[in-house]
Amino acid sequence: MNAPMAPFAKPWVANPDGYRVPYEVFTDQAYYDQEQEHIFRDETWSFVGLDAELPNKGDFKSTAIGDTPVIVTRDQTGQLHVFKNLCMHRGALLVRESRGNVKSFDCVYHQWSFDLTGALRGVPMRRGVRGEGGMSPAFDMANFGLDALRVEVMNGLIFASFSKSVEPLADYLGEGIVANIQRIFNRPIRIMGDYRQYIHGNWKLYAENTRDPYHGSLLHLFHSTFGLYRATQKGFTYMDPSNRHSLLKATASAAPTSASEDQEVYKNVRSYNTEFHLQDASVLAGRPEFEDRASLVINAIFPNLLIQQIANCLAVRQSVTHAPNAFEIVWTLFGYADDDEEMQMIRMKQSNLVGPAGLISMEDGEAIEIVQDAVIRDGKKTSVLAMGGVHAGSVDHMITEGPIIGFWENYARYLKLGDELKK
Amino acid sequence: MSSSSLLSSQSAISHKDKVAALAPDNFTWHGYSALETQWRVERLLSRYVACIDDDALEHWPEFFVAEGCRYEIITRENVERGMPLALVFCNSQGMLVDRIVSLREANIYPQRWYRHIVSNVLIQAVAEDHLEVHSHYVVLQTRRNGQTSIFSAGKYKDRIVFQNGELKFAEKRVVGDTHSIDTLLVSPI
Ligand code: FES
Ligand SMILES: [Fe+2]
Repeated sequence: MNAPMAPFAKPWVANPDGYRVPYEVFTDQAYYDQEQEHIFRDETWSFVGLDAELPNKGDFKSTAIGDTPVIVTRDQTGQLHVFKNLCMHRGALLVRESRGNVKSFDCVYHQWSFDLTGALRGVPMRRGVRGEGGMSPAFDMANFGLDALRVEVMNGLIFASFSKSVEPLADYLGEGIVANIQRIFNRPIRIMGDYRQYIHGNWKLYAENTRDPYHGSLLHLFHSTFGLYRATQKGFTYMDPSNRHSLLKATASAAPTSASEDQEVYKNVRSYNTEFHLQDASVLAGRPEFEDRASLVINAIFPNLLIQQIANCLAVRQSVTHAPNAFEIVWTLFGYADDDEEMQMIRMKQSNLVGPAGLISMEDGEAIEIVQDAVIRDGKKTSVLAMGGVHAGSVDHMITEGPIIGFWENYARYLKLGDELKK
Repeated sequence: MSSSSLLSSQSAISHKDKVAALAPDNFTWHGYSALETQWRVERLLSRYVACIDDDALEHWPEFFVAEGCRYEIITRENVERGMPLALVFCNSQGMLVDRIVSLREANIYPQRWYRHIVSNVLIQAVAEDHLEVHSHYVVLQTRRNGQTSIFSAGKYKDRIVFQNGELKFAEKRVVGDTHSIDTLLVSPI
């Protein structure tokens, strides 16, 4: 695949009445295997962590790109590295913990030892024991360093790629996405902790979900139930030039809308009322901290990252795939290192809104699983993406499915699906 | 690889547990003997989990003190990293009520049934105005397909006070060994 992006034939043709995606992409092992090779292990940048997770020399964490296990570590010079978590001897997992601090990576199986730059430093009994055995004279330790990935760090976000030829990270993301990263990661952060959410569904249903401003006020009813939401609030949908990434942004300070307009918008919605009131609205109390006063920023980055700002609730969400019908979302919530105590408490309280137990986010897990369960035997049937016109691209509203179309156009391009789909 | 890195991390809770002294065999607390206190604590825990499992969630906030209670569901993973992030973090009874109203009126989640098993109830410390009580819990979850799995296993770390003749939770910290949440978490634990 060439970078920058070459124009390509759209295999899943956008008819005037909608862009259609066959459900087999969510259930078929063949697609899953192709994604691992052509998306996660090819010309993309995957998010693997925050450098604030690895503040000290020798710190490491284990994670995965797609389903390939990798190690992220900071060496003795402070440099970050990403390696396959795979011993070069006979393939054992080199790191078996989630996190820690080490001087070297020592495989437990036969104790081959690798330094933090990935170089093989020790092979027990290499010269044999009492003249017997030992490695072949042709064996050269220099040839058995760990498989290293390309690494780029942008404002503390660590990305890695298996590809030698993928464009530099800043080009891969595009200016608008880089600007959002700079906006949120504008100073040192303090990590609050992680959530892990295991979903019995396909990871791409979450890629769709996070590129879907249409569902926000319809599936997640917390705000409307408590009389807090305005679907009529101002927002926009930005896509990078390649349409791989998207940024959904809503501002709280939009022009005030009338109650009657809200009622009109919500007249077919299950739940919009003013009967219920929060007993303790401090869960929503916050401080404006961004100049644009955006109340919601959902920034999906192809293939495995989402950066969110919901009021003062800041998080990155990393997707880790397990199978066609299983993936995990690793949420890392954070504030800034200079947050005062009140601000730390504001973020703690707002964290109730998000994550697997989030008052405004838990439904996404259910939405994904009910699609996965329903489409199991209808692989040739298709979804229809038509909201907001049948095309990807930036628009100055949020009533669109364009970002999802952008995801699928790129998906098809990475998997070279042009011919296959005509079968 | 040395495992010392993991042992030396700020795992305040797990280390404290290993050495925490139990309350003495004989004490009196608000006129109750040690034996009766133990019985009242266990009854409180039994009633608490019955309230959840029997879907009487509107009464769940009443197990907590009206003023300044604290309820948290946090993973052992975050606790051992010295990080505060909780899945659920409430520091007022109003927030508990809001959780239940949201569950009833707003949230969308799969049909499922919880069954809590609580055991190993140990009164760790007795103070004039409160007890520190640790216990183990398991939550079994049965989903629509009729199959039952373990949804969460962990430890309750409770601060229990005596108020108007009743035992109430001033603080309930649910520390889950289970740090990967199966789909979503909507009910209290
Ligand atoms: S497999 Fe790692 S040392 Fe043998
Ligand atoms: Fe959502």
